Amino acid sequence: MRPDEPLIRWDWIGRNRSMIWELLVDNTVMGLLPVLFGLLLALPIGLACSRWRVLYQPASGLLNVVYALPSLALFIVLIPVTGLAERATVIIPLTCYALAVLVPAVVDGLRSVPDHVRQAAEAMGFTPLRRLVQVELPIAVPVVLAGMRVATVSGISLVSVGALIGRGGLGGLFVTGWQLRFPTPIIVGVVLVVLLAVAADGLLVLAGRLLTPWARARREAGEAA
Amino acid sequence: MSWLADFFGDPANWAGPYGIPVRLAEHAGFCALALGLAALVAVPLGLLAGHTGRGVHLVTFTANAARALPTLGLLVLVMLLAGVGTLPVLVPLVALAVPPILVNTCEGVRGVDPDLLDAAYGMGLRGHQVLLRVRTPVALPLILLGLRLAAIQVVATATVAAYVGLGGLGRFIIDGLATRDYPQTLGGATLVVLLALAVQAAFAVVERVAVSKGVSRRVRGG
Repeated sequence: MRPDEPLIRWDWIGRNRSMIWELLVDNTVMGLLPVLFGLLLALPIGLACSRWRVLYQPASGLLNVVYALPSLALFIVLIPVTGLAERATVIIPLTCYALAVLVPAVVDGLRSVPDHVRQAAEAMGFTPLRRLVQVELPIAVPVVLAGMRVATVSGISLVSVGALIGRGGLGGLFVTGWQLRFPTPIIVGVVLVVLLAVAADGLLVLAGRLLTPWARARREAGEAA
Repeated sequence: MSWLADFFGDPANWAGPYGIPVRLAEHAGFCALALGLAALVAVPLGLLAGHTGRGVHLVTFTANAARALPTLGLLVLVMLLAGVGTLPVLVPLVALAVPPILVNTCEGVRGVDPDLLDAAYGMGLRGHQVLLRVRTPVALPLILLGLRLAAIQVVATATVAAYVGLGGLGRFIIDGLATRDYPQTLGGATLVVLLALAVQAAFAVVERVAVSKGVSRRVRGG
């Protein structure tokens, strides 16, 4: 980096607005889809694990191994299958990470349902499926949501490593900045990734409030008392 | 599976200044240093916030925002501004390790059964004694879990350091990618996973030794 180089060149940002916007959209898609897919897969797996307890130990062991895999290596392993610079090459490994976070969250969430609540639902004649959908899953929402927040925020920032194989959303700015020894794109990238993650996190918190109206009623009652 | 033999069977990969033992040691070195620094910052802060109940929201918010910091971006930025070296690579790794340690320590200390705390205060313990003798031992399993999660993430992510020309196991991955030598890439990834599993096992041992028998429910009754 040259000594007279300013930390941020605003004119560069102005000239590259449309490129930055495209990368932002790409990053959003590649960051959020894995959490969605991860949740869709984690629900049945988590249900199975809490139903048949013997499954949980091996499943969580396997997910722990997945969690330890370097994302960069996973991307590279997939290149022969899905192709270089394809979204799928980034989305598939990130889905595995989301799964590693979400399966324990689903299991813990279902375990957080008090036994007497379960028994009450049964006594009221709920079928197991209805009990699951109307009683157990709603009570599990806060715990599952906590897992989703972690998966979403780290997913959005992990996308950028994909830049090393040519598809990393805002991570592309890091590669550009490093190759040109030019800090502006790197700073823009870091700031946008953090803002994107914080915004997604905020939306999840809001969704959690809407999904658990009883918690708000309880909070307000608690404050009044 | 022939890549296993290609990579691990080649004696050239085991010897010299760029061999597997050297890269493994470099990698483990970065990671241990980053984890140690992160623990030095995050554990006391988490204990304090959890004990006093002050700043808990700030802790959770900052930790969550810090999780969003992209390691690759932070790495290249620090390298550009501060120059290539081992120290700059620690910045993104410490930033990666702090959130899980901080949140787990804070939540662990906060989540201690209030009856237990009443009993401790009733026995005449002072605030800091309650923190050190009651809250910390009871929260220890969660604190260790935070450290373990942080360690695994750091071990997996330290591979990125090779992109800016540093050593560690990422060298095998990045160089393998550059030369389309997939056995090398997969070999490097395998070593990272093995290191992460070794770290997991080490934490299991530490937990067994450090956590009080009463807390881990290995003794009952009394």
